[in-house]
Amino acid sequence: MNLNQLTIKQAQEGLKNEKFSSVELTKACLEQIKKLNPQINAFITVCEDSVLHEAKKADDLASQGETLEAKPLLGIPIALKDLFSTKGIKTTAGSKVLENYIPPYDATVVKKLKDAGAVIIGKTNLDAWAHGSSGENSDFGPTKNPWNTEYVPGGSSSGSAAALTADMCLASTGTDTGGSVRLPASFCNVVGLKPTYGRVSRYGIIAMASSLDSIGHFTKTVEDSAILLNITAGHDDFDATTPGVDVQNYTKNLNNEVKGIKIGVPKEYVTKGLDKNVQTRFEQALKILERLGAIIEEVSLPHTEYGNAAYYIIQPSEASSNLARYDGIRYGNDRSYFGDEAKRRIMLGTYTLSAGYYDAYYKKAMQVRTLIKKDFNEAFKKIDAIVTPVSPTPPWKIGEKINDPLKMYLSDIFTVTANLAGIPGLSVPMGFVNELPVGMQILGPQFSEGLLFQIGYAFEQETNWYKMKSKL
Amino acid sequence: MKKVKYQLIIGLEVHVELKTKSKMFCGCSADYFGKEPNTHVCPVCLGLPGALPVPNKTAIEWCVMIGLALNCEIPLFSKFDRKNYFYPDLPKGYQISQYDQPFAVNGLVNIKSEIRNPKSETNSNDKNTKTIRIRRVHMEEDTAKLVHQFGAQSARLQLPSRQYRDGGQAKRKAQNSEGFSLIDFNRSGVPLVEIVTEPDFESATEVVEYLKKLQQIVRYLDVSNADMEKGEMRLEPNVSLRSRNTTNTTNKQILPIYKVEVKNINSFRFVEKAINYEVERQKAILESGKTPVQETRGWDEKKGITVTQRVKEEAMDYRYFPEPDIPPIRWSQSQISKIKTQIPELPDKRSLRFQKEYSLSTYDSEILTKDKQTANYFEEAVRVGKTHNTSPKQISNVIINKKIDIDTILPAQLIQNILISMQTATINEKELKKIVKEILGKNQKAVEDYKKGKVQVIGFLIGQVKQTIKLSLDTEKVKKVIEKVLKTY
Repeated sequence: MNLNQLTIKQAQEGLKNEKFSSVELTKACLEQIKKLNPQINAFITVCEDSVLHEAKKADDLASQGETLEAKPLLGIPIALKDLFSTKGIKTTAGSKVLENYIPPYDATVVKKLKDAGAVIIGKTNLDAWAHGSSGENSDFGPTKNPWNTEYVPGGSSSGSAAALTADMCLASTGTDTGGSVRLPASFCNVVGLKPTYGRVSRYGIIAMASSLDSIGHFTKTVEDSAILLNITAGHDDFDATTPGVDVQNYTKNLNNEVKGIKIGVPKEYVTKGLDKNVQTRFEQALKILERLGAIIEEVSLPHTEYGNAAYYIIQPSEASSNLARYDGIRYGNDRSYFGDEAKRRIMLGTYTLSAGYYDAYYKKAMQVRTLIKKDFNEAFKKIDAIVTPVSPTPPWKIGEKINDPLKMYLSDIFTVTANLAGIPGLSVPMGFVNELPVGMQILGPQFSEGLLFQIGYAFEQETNWYKMKSKL
Repeated sequence: MKKVKYQLIIGLEVHVELKTKSKMFCGCSADYFGKEPNTHVCPVCLGLPGALPVPNKTAIEWCVMIGLALNCEIPLFSKFDRKNYFYPDLPKGYQISQYDQPFAVNGLVNIKSEIRNPKSETNSNDKNTKTIRIRRVHMEEDTAKLVHQFGAQSARLQLPSRQYRDGGQAKRKAQNSEGFSLIDFNRSGVPLVEIVTEPDFESATEVVEYLKKLQQIVRYLDVSNADMEKGEMRLEPNVSLRSRNTTNTTNKQILPIYKVEVKNINSFRFVEKAINYEVERQKAILESGKTPVQETRGWDEKKGITVTQRVKEEAMDYRYFPEPDIPPIRWSQSQISKIKTQIPELPDKRSLRFQKEYSLSTYDSEILTKDKQTANYFEEAVRVGKTHNTSPKQISNVIINKKIDIDTILPAQLIQNILISMQTATINEKELKKIVKEILGKNQKAVEDYKKGKVQVIGFLIGQVKQTIKLSLDTEKVKKVIEKVLKTY
């Protein structure tokens, strides 16, 4: 196996036992990027010089006795979605407005990852401003799905998912506002975590919709995901929406299995729009969970059908306000550089907030949001977790939906409700449809990531989908 | 002049800059006045991508304190909202403010008024007391400061007002005209408390009284220096005239059909001038049969006039919505009570107490309590003066009439000075004689000795007199008086 194909856990062990150095590991990733990125377009910026410099420093620290306890990610190459402010490294948000913007500060999560010893290999491609579900809305060209380059990798964290599944890095970060981590994770056969809203600090991460943005990450395995959450989770003085909830050790209970765990399947998710093949895969996944000892029950989330509508009012409203600062006066280019989708959402959001319409749209949508949250609260009284397919369809061809924004928005119907309710979701691979990956998401109450990892780990170890590699 | 024809109606919006150490939503220093531009800045107050606001707890508590000092109710639930509009001094493209659930509501302030109104409360002592109702007190962040550099040509830049929609166009316009604008973000994010009154003012004089009172209160609370010249207290009156003819007791509640907002009044002395100018301007329009345009006008202090800034054809739509980056504030009753205990004795109350406790006149009390430092100084001096038999009235007189510099002379020193001045001051001869007679009455033997020729005994008698009077007296003077009295025995 090449070094860049390792998981974080394997790399930690290899580095600790001096089987290889961080420089070697990083070089392997850089070579993979050189080889495949022209085709995949997963990276906007590759930090070739600085990452090798950091890797060397990591090796020096390791030889001086720096421990895994102190720096769990020492020497591990990680890619960051280009929404994460990185001091001294260009951060574009996938948009020409910021094509030359270099932040003077690091996002809190970036700081935490660096303090844990991670080396930053590059900034990944995305739908501009996180506006998209396919990766096709980037001002720097679409990212291709490494499993079939004619297909979308999912969005908006398209580059992060593609880079990871193509073994260009050992982990990558993303943001999930309506499914932007879980969807690309499911389309690229990797693990994607959307933490509870407020579990991970948003400070320094270019805002899309402030009450919906959740800071997540991609890993090859569930264990790796837990390792990363241990580092990124926690209250931040610079983010008033991070509560002082303790950070448990998320790797501790991975092996606890699923015997007796009650898992709910919402009946409203088996809709007309659900692709038959995806449904088959999902039902197989349910059988596996049952075989492992979980109790599968049907539940109802009655307001599911209003989720997408509520989401596509609340999110553009907040996004329209968050984009107002890009006036070109202090940094970046002026508003004329905004792409079509950004303009669409700005107009939509400005409209729904405007006088005479606020009550009918924004306020109404927020009230629906409360009902959706209540649905989950009620369900979680009876069951421990909920599972659903991540997407109603498998990955679609590049160009297939781009001319129909509404059709594009419908790809979010299974994922947006978790953002509206603020609950966590873990996307794990559940197989393939026409040789394209599909995923299953596990949802739980707020701050139940430990349980999600536990269920995900059991499923993953039973199915081994993560061991499959794309043909590239 | 048809004086009674129009009734003046004014509502006030006053912004008070809090003197917290740090800004409203970030840790930058809030002390921006006179500092080098763009040196107190960070990603938050610059509105950089990814920055988030974290509210300043002290600022919020001080806002509540101001609300309590203005007799407001403090709702237990409050939140911040985004006020969305474009202007180059607003880095995020929105201002974090409060829309419909501010920190304090429904208060009142009593001011002196020269207007005799049979309906208003009459203070038994002197002038009318007028009650100004406070509609709300809320928090918001200040904007950056724009500095306009005009070119060599005399053409003055037509400044786009805050309703300008396209930032790019404004920038290009600024660059193409003769001149340019600079932005200093040191002030961006400084905490502001906005105090809005009901339209209860009926004269410019009342407005000035209110401003003085407000300034006094926030200085007593020590939450702001409220210096108008430094921009620490800013005023925006909304001025209207209503025809008095149609006013009867039921119509009193109907507001005028227009109002004019006046901005850019930067000192106390211009408040009355600006309002009175505006009143005359509106009167002239009304008398010609027209209605003044509803708009915002700026006070031009050089010309002594108000000029139109931008006509509001329709009110600006700020698209308010709750600030999602800041969780709402849920107070407990005990938290509000705790804040209340931090409020010092406010000037009106203190003045009344001075009148009662120290038997001072209203006039004297008001001068002594004008600012907290003087009031504290006075009470400290009274405390020291007790042991030296110096009366509060004496101390009050000296402080008020002699214009004592309370920063350089300590209260104890002041008492000393009073005593010394009384030493050389003439004591009432009659008083002295009376006391001498008393002393002689108690010391018959000494008197007899003196009569017998033992003149030295006068020393003892002088001592006795001095002890009784407890002041440093002129020994020679006392001696003369004793001798005089002894002659009569």
